[in-house]
Amino acid sequence: MLAAMKGILSYGAYVPFHRLDRREIGQALGTPAGKGTRAVASHDEDTTTLAIEAGREARRARPDLAPEALFFATASPAYQDKTNATAVHAALGLDGAAPAFDMTGAVRSGVGALRAALDGGRSTLVVLSDLRTGLPGSADERDGGDGAAAFLCGDDSTAPLVAEHVGSASATAEFLDRWRAPGAPTSRVWEERFGEHAYLPLAEQALTEALKGTGLTPDALDHLIVTGTHTRAVRRVAAAAGARPEAAVDDLAAVVGNTGTAHPGLLLASILDRADPGALIALVVLSDGADVLLFRATEALAGVRPSKTVAAQVAAGAGVGYQTYLTWRGLLLREPPRRPDPTPPASPPARRAEAWKFAFVAARCGACGNRNLPPTRVCRTCAAVDRMTPEPVADVPATVATFTLDRLAYSLNPPVVVGVIDFDGGGRFQCELTDVEPEAVRIGDRVEMTFRRISTANGIHNYFWKARPRRPGARGVPEPGARGVPR
Amino acid sequence: MASNGIRDQVAIVGMGCTPFGEHWDKGADELLVDAAGEAMASAGVAPADIDAYWLGTMASGLSGLTASRPLQIEYKPVTRVENFCATGSEAFRNACYAVAAGAYDMAMAIGVEKLKDSGFSGLVVGGPAGDGTEVELTAPAMFSLLAPAYAKKYGVDDAELKDVMTRIAWKNHLNGAKNPRAQFRKEVPKETIACSPLVAGPLGIFDCSGVSDGSAAAIIVRAEDAHRYTDTPLYVKALSFVAGPARGAADPSYDYTTFPEVVASAEDAYRQAGITNPRAELAMAEVHDCFTPTELVLMEDLGFAERGFGWKEVLAGTFDLDGDLPVNPDGGLKSFGHPIGASGLRMLLEAWLQLRGEAGERQIHNGKKLALTHNLGGAPGACVSFVSITGTELS
Repeated sequence: MLAAMKGILSYGAYVPFHRLDRREIGQALGTPAGKGTRAVASHDEDTTTLAIEAGREARRARPDLAPEALFFATASPAYQDKTNATAVHAALGLDGAAPAFDMTGAVRSGVGALRAALDGGRSTLVVLSDLRTGLPGSADERDGGDGAAAFLCGDDSTAPLVAEHVGSASATAEFLDRWRAPGAPTSRVWEERFGEHAYLPLAEQALTEALKGTGLTPDALDHLIVTGTHTRAVRRVAAAAGARPEAAVDDLAAVVGNTGTAHPGLLLASILDRADPGALIALVVLSDGADVLLFRATEALAGVRPSKTVAAQVAAGAGVGYQTYLTWRGLLLREPPRRPDPTPPASPPARRAEAWKFAFVAARCGACGNRNLPPTRVCRTCAAVDRMTPEPVADVPATVATFTLDRLAYSLNPPVVVGVIDFDGGGRFQCELTDVEPEAVRIGDRVEMTFRRISTANGIHNYFWKARPRRPGARGVPEPGARGVPR
Repeated sequence: MASNGIRDQVAIVGMGCTPFGEHWDKGADELLVDAAGEAMASAGVAPADIDAYWLGTMASGLSGLTASRPLQIEYKPVTRVENFCATGSEAFRNACYAVAAGAYDMAMAIGVEKLKDSGFSGLVVGGPAGDGTEVELTAPAMFSLLAPAYAKKYGVDDAELKDVMTRIAWKNHLNGAKNPRAQFRKEVPKETIACSPLVAGPLGIFDCSGVSDGSAAAIIVRAEDAHRYTDTPLYVKALSFVAGPARGAADPSYDYTTFPEVVASAEDAYRQAGITNPRAELAMAEVHDCFTPTELVLMEDLGFAERGFGWKEVLAGTFDLDGDLPVNPDGGLKSFGHPIGASGLRMLLEAWLQLRGEAGERQIHNGKKLALTHNLGGAPGACVSFVSITGTELS
């Protein structure tokens, strides 16, 4: 009997909505103008919320597959000591028996989590997420980006693979290329030419080793992704790999920037979005060594692509001013309104409300059939007691019934836009609107839910859902009836 | 099962009310002493005559001790009540019931709020530990949800609606200018109101009620005892209080152009008082104009205007001091100020003054004998509502 083939069962990516024009940095600081933009997480996003948005895409592509484990990788975790993956686990509604582990701190954790999931014995959702910040005027600020990608890894006994994992190899070495002291706002890097000297042989060694296992040569590669923490080395390795020129993959530097821990995943997702069946893909990651993963796209890929492609998300962004970006990042302290600080959630009520707070699970009344948001024991329509069945509504679109702009409330991004939204299929909820132009909101606007960090107080992040405009590119988001329907 | 009311069973025989505003030199204790003293003097009674107290305060103290300590009340029942912004009315309602029940001969309802010590802009309300899923809206933002919904439903354009809101604020400032106890005693030009900085939605700073400190009190006795204390008692004709199921923000059939709680409490109160045409029968109404769109919607919910026509009646001056039905002749929350626990009793003070012909410069001369007070707490879709009817004649 043939051993089961391992690989990717579904995937998804998330690029936050906002773009910082690099020329604005130059104008503000009087430094040479850069070119292009970088993706910027909103004031209400962190690596956990980015991961959840990417994870939702991967889950939506194969809602019938239940991950048996979750790995979450980031160099910028929202919490230390506390596992961040548990919030991702809760928001994605994973089974309680599925463990959720963080792989945080190093940029290399991203490709490491992916490889561990591919090598592991059970279907594992691996989510890579990062939020890259540098000091004002730095190369990291200019060239970094924010984003996330998610891959459900497993074997073909579960479901058809969209990409087979056909080989991998690593080369590890200890040297200082890029590092950051705990708590420091920004990374430091060694002199550029040294890193190039260190990475080149490691990359060559790992790529050769990985290809050797497949019996293929570099010119057989249809897509060569090279990424990592060292731009100059990445460029040299890509040029020296021996692949055909047309195999080169756009690194998204012009619009998104380098999303660090997430970037190998984001680039892999961008290729899976368009790879032909049979295409051979190499992912080469330079970060404290070199890691190479080889994939072959399958016939199943075309039917399991996420509803929002990387290209569609890259194209959908809107600009954010440099001062606003600095404010969101905590690099520019602004005068707050004369209002009390936000109240952090208390742990016991948040725990009791886990399904509602994290997974946005409402309730449907078994007596009258109406949907209740938030869930309640006594039906708001017919007053029946304890007849409720949980019903996820995170993927159900809604319509703005009325709204307001709160200019008095505390926010890093005033005014706070609040909408009363009516969900397709029933149920109403009042929540914040995000990624929205305040003056453009109208009654009747179509919105969809997104997982966000509402506030942070006393070191506690308050996570919950907001609504955002449903934009072109949000095609094919399944209606509730489609959930759990196998393809 | 019925809400029977206590029509003509009890009467107000004395009232007191401090000026509302920024009392930097007075705390809740001093304000309580002022209001209680004025109310007792007004009725010609002494502390020993009062058998029980109901204290309304939202956040200026816990328990009956909040009043018994500053007033040095000697071993008598003092009940502290809280019901959002309707707290003062709730204190009054419970005191009335206790006297009507025969449990006490004389009760005092007293409300107080000391808001200005917090140092924050607007109202700040704490709550129990939560799960962090409720959106933290400020009060003006909650009530501003009424504006676009009303405009859309009745085809009023944004500029017209702003004119309506502006006229409500202008009218209440005009009335408040004639009131020595009001926080803002000055007319404000419509242009100033209309161009004031935006706070929430279309609401500018002048569309919001004043954040203030203050206290107000009433002395209540059985109707048959009232003439021992005054020749012109104010009889309680109706008291209605309802709490809604708070599902507006969860119920797609709620359209943010009405307060169903107000409709229910008004119907109940009119039935108790035997009122069939409030607009024709009432001498005046004090309503909960926390924000200008609230007063607009209340005109329809209280039956003062047809549905969808309230805005036209506002513009026509129906609710002006010299209009068909004067609304907020004392300046309302807008101009008199809104110390939460005291506001419901402050509204009753205007009924007391107007119906007894003691309102001075702003005296209404329409010959009618009934007054309405309406007090609201919460937000559109989730609120409590109180309506009282008082009058100078027994039925």
